[in-house]
Amino acid sequence: MKRPPKDNEDSARVISRRAMLMGGAQMVFAGALVLRMRNLQLGQAEEFRLLADENRINIRLLPPSRGLIVDRNGTLLAGNVQNYRIVLVREDAGEPRAALERLAQLIPLSPDEIDRAEREIMRHRPFVPVTIVDQLNWEEVARVAANAPAMPGITPEVGFNRHYPFGAEFAHSVGYVGPVSEADLAARETPEPLLMIPRFQIGKIGVEREYEETLRGTAGHRRVEVNAVGREMRELDRQEGDPGSTLQLTLDRQLQAFTLARLGEDSAAAVVLEVQTGNVLALASAPSFDPNLFVRGISVADYGALRDNDHRPMSNKTVQGAYPPGSTFKMVTALAAFEAGLATPDERVYCPGYIEAAGRRFHCWNRGGHGRVNLTSALSESCDVFFYDMAQRVGIDRINAMAERLGLGIRYDLPLSGISSGLNPSREWKRERRGAEWVVGDTINASIGQGYVLATPLQLAVMTARLATNRAILPRLIHAIDDIEQPIPDQPPLGLSAAALAQVQRGMWEVSNAQRGTAYGSRIVDANLRMAGKTGSSQVFSITAAERAAGVRRQDQLPWNRRDHALFVCYAPDTDPRYAVSVVVEHGGGGSSVAAPIARDIILAAQSGGLPPIEAYPQPQRNRIETMMRTISEQIGPAVAPPTGRSRA
Amino acid sequence: MSYLEYNVKRSPSGFRKVLHVNWALVLLLAAVASIGFLQLYSVSGGNFERWTEPQMQRFALALAVMFAIGFVPLWFWRSLSVMAYGVSFVLLLGVEFFGSVGMGAQRWLELGPIRLQPSEMMKIAIVMMMAAYYDWLDIKRVSHPFWVLVAVALILVPSFLVLIQPDLGTALMIIGAGGMVMFFAGVSLWYFGGVIGAGAGLVTLVFASRGTSWQLLRDYQFRRIDAFLDPSLDPLGSSYHINQAMIALGSGGWSGRGFMQGTQSRLNFLPEKHTDFIFNTLAEEFGFIGGIFLLTLYVGIIVTCVIAAMQSKNRYASLLILGIAGNFFLYFAINMAMVMGLAPVVGVPLPLVSYGGSAMLMILIGFGLVQSACIHRPREKA
Repeated sequence: MKRPPKDNEDSARVISRRAMLMGGAQMVFAGALVLRMRNLQLGQAEEFRLLADENRINIRLLPPSRGLIVDRNGTLLAGNVQNYRIVLVREDAGEPRAALERLAQLIPLSPDEIDRAEREIMRHRPFVPVTIVDQLNWEEVARVAANAPAMPGITPEVGFNRHYPFGAEFAHSVGYVGPVSEADLAARETPEPLLMIPRFQIGKIGVEREYEETLRGTAGHRRVEVNAVGREMRELDRQEGDPGSTLQLTLDRQLQAFTLARLGEDSAAAVVLEVQTGNVLALASAPSFDPNLFVRGISVADYGALRDNDHRPMSNKTVQGAYPPGSTFKMVTALAAFEAGLATPDERVYCPGYIEAAGRRFHCWNRGGHGRVNLTSALSESCDVFFYDMAQRVGIDRINAMAERLGLGIRYDLPLSGISSGLNPSREWKRERRGAEWVVGDTINASIGQGYVLATPLQLAVMTARLATNRAILPRLIHAIDDIEQPIPDQPPLGLSAAALAQVQRGMWEVSNAQRGTAYGSRIVDANLRMAGKTGSSQVFSITAAERAAGVRRQDQLPWNRRDHALFVCYAPDTDPRYAVSVVVEHGGGGSSVAAPIARDIILAAQSGGLPPIEAYPQPQRNRIETMMRTISEQIGPAVAPPTGRSRA
Repeated sequence: MSYLEYNVKRSPSGFRKVLHVNWALVLLLAAVASIGFLQLYSVSGGNFERWTEPQMQRFALALAVMFAIGFVPLWFWRSLSVMAYGVSFVLLLGVEFFGSVGMGAQRWLELGPIRLQPSEMMKIAIVMMMAAYYDWLDIKRVSHPFWVLVAVALILVPSFLVLIQPDLGTALMIIGAGGMVMFFAGVSLWYFGGVIGAGAGLVTLVFASRGTSWQLLRDYQFRRIDAFLDPSLDPLGSSYHINQAMIALGSGGWSGRGFMQGTQSRLNFLPEKHTDFIFNTLAEEFGFIGGIFLLTLYVGIIVTCVIAAMQSKNRYASLLILGIAGNFFLYFAINMAMVMGLAPVVGVPLPLVSYGGSAMLMILIGFGLVQSACIHRPREKA
């Protein structure tokens, strides 16, 4: 049908009007879009720019290199060794299993390790580098590097691992590091971000733990640009961290090695102090363990073996072990009596082999009795009755005070783990902890270091150093931090009466130098090196009536864990004391037969600065000693530098 | 209207048609497409083969199709209008039953090597159909309720088919394009006022019901609306994408961060950076100036079309041109509103800029019809 012209004009007019209307509406909408763009891009640009930067910039921490630990002569005790590892990036390597099998032709990889590595790879996003193996040696890494073009996505990398070049020798004192655990994080209120780095290691025991903050250093950081899935695109800037401080210990590596080797297979502890300064020169707890096992995470089997060993290798017996000091405590009792004026140095006491007190009979170790003894002979022959008598005169209060003056019952502030304060019993202590009153029998037991009295080998060494110097020596383990020498603690005079102390020292001298002395067998014949000491054999269990009836008369007929502890404390040289040594052999039997020879060897080694000179030993013993020293010297070897690369275990 | 109605003698023919091509429109389209090439090159990180090259080839092809359609006289296309609508409608039904599922929605038919997206075809067909309908209808009856109902049915039935695919964006665009042709044809404004009023009333009612005993939507549906209205409420959830898009746009500032320097797009924080959200990469790298420039080109295309429609004295031609232009406006307006956080994300590409051949072909087919109308406009003899 044909449209009349009028219609056409109407139509065109309507369309034009409506087109202008709609066009206007569309312009308004476009205007709204412009306004919105203005608001976002001009009004809030800064805000959005910031958000865009937050998106793209990540801050990654750079772990600092851990501070070194060296001995008094600068020998490295804990260092960082380069650790070569192989890293795989899935998106470059292609199919992980095929890549791993190619790798297995170059370096030893068990099927188990391949399976584990494959699982680990598949757990991460394809661009995340995953460590396949570490602790590789240089030859293995070189093989992989040489074949790198044939193996895309597989690259050798260098990291640093803590390494303890002397292994077991410093396991208890230096300690070890290990991966940060949940418990480590929970123990800190606000854990440093550094600790969140995977595989980051912190000190777990010993100096490594107690000086963690000093050794750790401060983290560096780098700013990197990342994309939406977190892949690193490029590094924007980098600031290296500050390495941790170097710690110089007072320990002497040579002496420590000798001391630990000399303790041998026994469950034993020995401490060597420099008496003028309190410097701890050796701190040996046997048996020990290899701290390197803990650095990468110890295997269940290795850990089980350490945990189930009845000689407790993981315990640092020098400060954690609290033992009845036995006769090594007798100096305390004697000095308490003299200082109180309740006995004179020349006073004699008759020893019939026992004493009757509080309705009980207390035996001397020598059941036949020592006859008439004075202080020096009571010490040198270790007569118990003499000290029972003294104890009844002075009472526990004065013994307790004297023990404290000599450094027992005190928890020394050394950077070691689990330090025990021992036990220096008093009336209050018994009332509080045992709910009973102190009785005179307790005093008699305490007078010979039995009963409630407990002391650690470190405390016994401190006591010996104080007896040798008449000053309040305090032990010291950290010599310098970053070459800044740490102060030696104040050593105020103890103020013991010179005459009484001289008598006690005379008695200790006779122990190892007079024919009747309990440690005469362990005498030193070189007059310049002679030692003064005191034996101790502290009962753990009494020999029971049943055992006696079965014919058990001697310690070595008892099962190991029922035998007496063997103790010996000494200082040398006798005229001008420089070193104090304490030795405790758990269930060793007798102090004179077991602990004293060990202490003699150690104090001779300390004085000579190497192996003990053979001329210092009595002629008849020299052959036996020489054989033993040869074995030890082979065992400890010469001082060695830490290796740069380690073979995989 | 028939062939005879065209005053053939007064319409350009033969090679003279080239002179009467609306070259301003061609230039504007080519300029917009070039911005697309530039941004595709940028977001691919300088990889020409990845997106830019195929996009250029498609544009060249689609431009050829546009000229081919443009040189065919308009009466031919007019007589094809009903058929185009009918075919598109049948194909839409076909998609329901035989369609392939892609991206979670049934959208295309596999006919041998050809992939047909009937919903895209319907965007053009609805404009042709409605223009033909109002060209046929007596002007006096345009606002008669019956004839309005017929038009509404012609629009809503295919829209419904698209909606259940489900493709909300395209359904809205079909409704919008059809509605615009009704508007241009002179349907009484009361109808439009009524629809807008009813819609506004419904929205008010829904929001008023919130928290009352007669709540009309479920809680999670309200929460989605909240997340749209304020994307920062749920930064890692459903609004992660729109948040990242806004960051890209906003961080561009006045003049942008420079070509290929946009961190949001380069580092993949921006989703769909080469398709729906390509405007944000432009705004990030060229800033407010770049965004305004593109918007100006788009507005220029609309203005050119409106002028062409007003020059044409033919009812079908005018309605067709305005309908196609309206459809084009809906494309960029919905997309820009969406990427600026003014509208929910419904998946409408930025016309001629977003990567993708199907939408580009349909848009240039539409402009081919516009060219046909421009070229074959009866002119006074010189």
